Amino acid sequence: MNAVEVHGLRKSYGDFEAVRRIDFELRAGEVFGLLGPNGAGKTTTVEILVGYRHRDAGEVRVLGADPEQADRRWRGRIGVVPQSGELFPNLTVREHLDLFAGYYDDPRPPAEVLELIGLEEKARAKTRTLSGGQRRRLDLGVALVGDPELLFLDEPTTGFDPSARRAAWETIRSLRSLGKTILLTTHYIEEAHQLADRVAVLTRGEIVASGTPAELIGQAPSTVIRYRRNGEQVVLETEDPVRVLHDLTDKALRDGADLGELEVHRPTLEEVYLSLTEEPRE
Amino acid sequence: MRLFFHQLRAEQKLFWRSRELAFFTFLLPILFYMLLGSAYGDDQINGVDGYQYLLAGMIGYGAASTTFAGLALLLVIRRESGALKRLRVTPLPPATYVAAVLASIIFIFLAEAAILIAIGRFAYDVPMPDSLVSLIVVILLGAASFAALGIGLTALIKSAEGSSAVVNALYLPLSFISGAFFSAETFPEVLQKLALLLPLSHLIRLTRDVMVYDDRVWDHLGDAAVVAIWGLIGLVGAIRGFRWEPRER
Repeated sequence: MNAVEVHGLRKSYGDFEAVRRIDFELRAGEVFGLLGPNGAGKTTTVEILVGYRHRDAGEVRVLGADPEQADRRWRGRIGVVPQSGELFPNLTVREHLDLFAGYYDDPRPPAEVLELIGLEEKARAKTRTLSGGQRRRLDLGVALVGDPELLFLDEPTTGFDPSARRAAWETIRSLRSLGKTILLTTHYIEEAHQLADRVAVLTRGEIVASGTPAELIGQAPSTVIRYRRNGEQVVLETEDPVRVLHDLTDKALRDGADLGELEVHRPTLEEVYLSLTEEPRE
Repeated sequence: MRLFFHQLRAEQKLFWRSRELAFFTFLLPILFYMLLGSAYGDDQINGVDGYQYLLAGMIGYGAASTTFAGLALLLVIRRESGALKRLRVTPLPPATYVAAVLASIIFIFLAEAAILIAIGRFAYDVPMPDSLVSLIVVILLGAASFAALGIGLTALIKSAEGSSAVVNALYLPLSFISGAFFSAETFPEVLQKLALLLPLSHLIRLTRDVMVYDDRVWDHLGDAAVVAIWGLIGLVGAIRGFRWEPRER
């Protein structure tokens, strides 16, 4: 059974359609990346899946239940790192973990969580004294203390510097190896590429592409071949780069011509993403 | 039940750790009692010993400042910071959470009232009322009504920044015209009439009747009813207007 199944999900705020009929599923044990620019509907989708927000239409099953009708036991099986929101500034790191552990029937020992999020040295520090990155790690700790099978990470590394981001990626990889199913939203292509087994690109409330990162790159329109002939730039776009390149070089060799600055370019995930999420020009 | 006590303990910790809130809502009525008492505690107010007269006013002021103002501020700050929203995705049932928050603030007010009464009794020789039961009923009625109004008030407050301005603008003048700090009998008639429409003047009068004149709470069902009706208004506001997510974003 899939951990999450979403069919025809829709949600509007007044006239604004935040999510327009999307479909996707999460298989147990995978990291699924919901990739899209700000305002694409990622947070709305997550809030519906965790039972926080009411949907207008569509089928949603999360761990076999409809999140809107879910009970206490179900809540104990999911963990959520929301995009924004603070904890209690006057409680220490350890006190937060103890507080939230108390909400679950079978929590993971707070000392273990402390180690997992790498905040052992800050255990006795009040939350208000923590740096932004440390707070974000505590957010993750609070989500992990219930020992959930399914984790929702809503932009977990936004605002991190590159080294903090890499450290967070390591933590997320280690969670995956513990067998957790993870839904990750992000607007960093690199993050989705690094972490996700499968990615859906969400833009303006619609999923415009999905698949493994490699498949997404494979969906890209074409390979670009560039070179100069007689000082003039030539650009070829092709679906069949091997043949075109062979013909090109073969001809050049026979003619004794030079292919200046010859370059074969495969689209990166970033280019695919940008072409998919581009705002329509009017 | 385990969850309730778990949350209640956390609420106590959270209240006492937020120094400003604890000072303004818990300690200030006690300081005012001593301050105003030193000014005119030895005088007679409306034929009653000043300390004794003030004590009832300070208990009423305490209800407004702790269970009304304090509770509203605490909830708005948590709502706007996103903490309430975060709790909603845990297995802690919302009703258990609200019950623990209410129990915690009412407990704090009861402690405050006990301290005020003890100061009156031991420092200023204020006699104890005949009916302790009536006094407890009055204090609990005031606590419950003002707590309901405090939760209801959160619906009208849009941001954490503006919250203390709104709350102070309500409960301080309310305490003033209701005669918490001194007799309101010399106030303009308009203010006296206004005070009669609001719950605090009735709560203070009820407390005074029980503490000073040794009446029973059921001798003054009219006053009790006004306090209770305001509590119900607060409750309706709380049920209809309470939000878990930030208003501002």
